[in-house]
Amino acid sequence: MKDNVVIELEGVNKWFGDFHVLKDIDLKVRERERVVVCGPSGSGKSTVIRCINRLEEHQEGRIVVDGQELDDDTRNVAAVRREVGMVFQQFNLFPHLTVIENCMLGPTRARGMSKAEARDRAMEYLARVRIPEQAEKYPGQLSGGQQQRVAIARSLCMQPKVMLFDEPTSALDPEMIKEVLDVMIDLAQSGMTMIVVTHEMGFARTVADQMVFMDEGRIVETAPPERFFANPESERTKLFLSQILSH
Amino acid sequence: MAASRPPPTHLRRGRWWNAPWFDTLQFAVFTGALLWLTVAGAMNMGYNWQWYRVPRFIYRVVDGELIWGPLIKGLVVTLEITAWSVVITLAIGLVTALLRLSNSFSGRIVAKVYLEAVRNTPLLIQIYLFYFVLGPIIGLDRFWVGVACLSVFEGAFACEVIRAGILSVPRGQWEASDGIGLGRVQGYRYVILPQAVPLMLPPLTGLVISLIKNSAIVSVIAVFDLTTEGRNIIADTFLSFEIWMTVAAIYLVLTVTLSVFVSYLEHRVRARE
Repeated sequence: MKDNVVIELEGVNKWFGDFHVLKDIDLKVRERERVVVCGPSGSGKSTVIRCINRLEEHQEGRIVVDGQELDDDTRNVAAVRREVGMVFQQFNLFPHLTVIENCMLGPTRARGMSKAEARDRAMEYLARVRIPEQAEKYPGQLSGGQQQRVAIARSLCMQPKVMLFDEPTSALDPEMIKEVLDVMIDLAQSGMTMIVVTHEMGFARTVADQMVFMDEGRIVETAPPERFFANPESERTKLFLSQILSH
Repeated sequence: MAASRPPPTHLRRGRWWNAPWFDTLQFAVFTGALLWLTVAGAMNMGYNWQWYRVPRFIYRVVDGELIWGPLIKGLVVTLEITAWSVVITLAIGLVTALLRLSNSFSGRIVAKVYLEAVRNTPLLIQIYLFYFVLGPIIGLDRFWVGVACLSVFEGAFACEVIRAGILSVPRGQWEASDGIGLGRVQGYRYVILPQAVPLMLPPLTGLVISLIKNSAIVSVIAVFDLTTEGRNIIADTFLSFEIWMTVAAIYLVLTVTLSVFVSYLEHRVRARE
């Protein structure tokens, strides 16, 4: 089942001014695969996934998403963005729209779907993230965990091939992290291709097919979770894991 | 959405010099002094006040029929100029703001040149340029020359207000809009502008008020607005004190009404949040 490569990064380099954020990144993600990216802050892990839907531009190398190479052609970029869902640390819901309008905006405007159809689909995904009863509220009236689940539903409404998560639980109160992770675990079990940047190692152990450890802009180690947590190869990974898992 | 803050210390009530009665007293003493200065000065000049002659320039009743005087006709022209200019100003402001924020190099240059040229030349010179140079070339009559000149002038300020409003929407909103596959135009239309416009409204009203005031400049190209009518009446009657004070009062009523209306609107918007 896990065969087609959906995302491929080859020799990707990126600079912010003089700062070399990404150094020779190679990464392959196959269909239905779940990749968890971890690493210390500033290691470039968020930048990698932001490059995948072109919120950041890379300067060297190739990024191919679902057969489309990301280059300066804006039509390719728009096409890729429709196939790639993104969930942000700060949720980034549209505060002037209700929950259901947040979910309907993409399908109606970017995909040209009818309102009725988009509404049905939005309700379906809101049910999947377990907050159909909040559909008519505004984001400001919801808790952080609920907002993040709406953000997930909003992305899913575009029926993307891949979902990217950029530290989805880092801005949440501890008691709300679980409700978001539960939704993400459901999603993983439904066969969604996912790349998740997170420090939630319990979640990583449960769902990841592949762990990617980054430090100083480089991928230091890539391994299945069993091996990654039990006996990592690199000293840097060991140090990181000992710090993050020590309590 | 902004958290409500306590008012700054200097606005807090409680001390006697902040009490309403003292405010009122201050105001009364100040206006009284000003009034006395004017009247005393005029008496020294031997000015002959003839307020009784003023009302007929505002309205007359002839055979039970109400006839508006030249000042009211001028006011209507001022309002017409302002209304048209507001619309065109906003259009120019929006286009220039979008150009300034665009990725297009030439677009940004065009916007920047326009802004600098307009903001760094006197309005009076601009209206002469429009009237004597541009008007004949394009074939605009003087009313539309006035409207065009005011719109181009205020458009530069509208641009900055609109740009600031757009920039105050957090970056994450653009990223989310990109993330669900909306294009740039759609992002502006459905995500950014709906959030930016409420922020722009208060400063844009200030702009409308300044448009009303600046519209007096069209009197130099003989458009029959409130100021021109006032000047013509004075040329006929030599009632310069009375008429200029009346004209100023009419402008004041107009702009103050607008400010009060806007603060009421703002209050309602804030209450809804």
